[in-house]
Amino acid sequence: MSDIGPQLLEATFVLVGVLLGITGVRSLLNKSNPRRFTTAAFWLLLAITFAFGAVLPYWVTGVLILAIGALSLARGVKTGKLDEGTPEERAAGARRLRSWIFLPALALAGIAVLISTLAPFGEVSGTLSIGVASVAALGIAWAMTRAPAGVVVAQGDRMVQQVGPIGMLPQFLAMLGVVFTSAGVGEVVSNGIAGIVPEDSPLAGVIAYCVGMALFTIIVGNTFAAFTVITAGIGIPFVIALGGDPVVVGALAMTAGFCGTLVTPMAANFNALPVALLEMKKPYGVIKAQAPLAAVLFVIQVALMYFWAF
Amino acid sequence: MGPDWLVLIGVVIIVVGFLLKLDVIAVVIVAAIATALVSGLSFPEILELIGKAWTDNRAVSLFLLTLPMIALSERYGLKEQAIVLINRLQALTPGRFLTMYTVLRQLTGIFGIRISGMVQFVRPIVHPMTAAAAARQAEVSPANEEKIKAESALSENIGNFFGQNGFVAASGVLLIVGTLDSLGYPVSPEQIAFASLPMIGIAAVVAAIHFWLFDRKLRRGGPPKPPVPSDPAAPSSEGASHE
Repeated sequence: MSDIGPQLLEATFVLVGVLLGITGVRSLLNKSNPRRFTTAAFWLLLAITFAFGAVLPYWVTGVLILAIGALSLARGVKTGKLDEGTPEERAAGARRLRSWIFLPALALAGIAVLISTLAPFGEVSGTLSIGVASVAALGIAWAMTRAPAGVVVAQGDRMVQQVGPIGMLPQFLAMLGVVFTSAGVGEVVSNGIAGIVPEDSPLAGVIAYCVGMALFTIIVGNTFAAFTVITAGIGIPFVIALGGDPVVVGALAMTAGFCGTLVTPMAANFNALPVALLEMKKPYGVIKAQAPLAAVLFVIQVALMYFWAF
Repeated sequence: MGPDWLVLIGVVIIVVGFLLKLDVIAVVIVAAIATALVSGLSFPEILELIGKAWTDNRAVSLFLLTLPMIALSERYGLKEQAIVLINRLQALTPGRFLTMYTVLRQLTGIFGIRISGMVQFVRPIVHPMTAAAAARQAEVSPANEEKIKAESALSENIGNFFGQNGFVAASGVLLIVGTLDSLGYPVSPEQIAFASLPMIGIAAVVAAIHFWLFDRKLRRGGPPKPPVPSDPAAPSSEGASHE
């Protein structure tokens, strides 16, 4: 049974390709988009890397990635007018469906967990379950809202465009992580850290990993970028290699990074945007309020990682 | 130290690129190419490496498949219904209201509902309701008005950050899975989401204590007074109050 798992997983990537392809085609046809040709190219190239990833030679995908990067660099990706419905339509939906409107989202999480625990697809069950649950939850939402098919397609397109190129960042960072690993960045960082942190002390390793996550996040303003670098350089050699549970360590390292996000002006969306939105007088008012809380949560996470992972 | 320090060029490019707010995707790609170049790969080998790394990590973007359902729910009133639910929290103190909002925000995170909370909730609902709750129980000084704004943003950030890792298809969760996998430690999204739950609970408790202390601070800020419609437009001339 587990041998069809990888094939089913490949099918979910084809579905992602279809979703991105729809956005590409609709961008091309959307005359209200000021850069519709480059926008369409961006999404269509991405769609190809997903749908045909298994059959394309890797170097071709590499070329496509460079082209996608160039389109992003040239600020070629814009959004035209998107179908959000009128406020009256949305209010009517809320009146009709009430809190049942949350059901599809709840079903998504429930089905994903259920499938991954029960499904006999071996290692790919976890990722595969997301694909299956997404399709099932969309079906539930469609049945409940009784939306015309055109609206369903338009909504998928809208959210992909609103999430935008930045939504692809985690995958670019994961790719960068692989390049870092094969180039030996992890070893160089850990050699540098080895002078400061004793190599056989789990507690010192946990502290170094969490501090590294928070500091790197403060500098670049992005926990995801920090995770790629710091996990290869500190997390693996100083924590996981000493016997730390990768699941616990990975999960807590990410949230330790969030404590850095709470105190850095580099994370503009979270700390500077509200200052502007709420017309605050002090530019760092939000950061100042968050700092003590971030410090408390950080210390708790270091302790939790140390006691739970070992 | 040997010349192998050169492979850190990618890290430097990331830091500088992000600091200068250059296009992030381009910065990441340039960092990857530069790192691969100094490690001695030829250009065709680099394309091969990048293409394989991208293809192997497609699972990181699987969260895209959850978007049509969320978008459709939004189109039929998801946010409007969320506002109805939040409006039922009227009678609470500022701190208790913010605690409830933090927990609600964590729950939406756990169920993968993507909302840009600052624009859609904090500005139009959370801050006005917190300010109104504060005005109900005591005179609000200009310094406290500023704090109420900051705490409103804080409740969104804490709820958002510490909720999202509880969702199996969150991009952060998938990045953790992809990264650990690439480094030779296969884990599943469910395991990561499950291991994130204790910290979500702890964050909620710590936030609740924080907001309880905030309530106390506010109450000390002025004498109790009967309910009067607050006047948020009142200009205040003090720039930065010192403390």
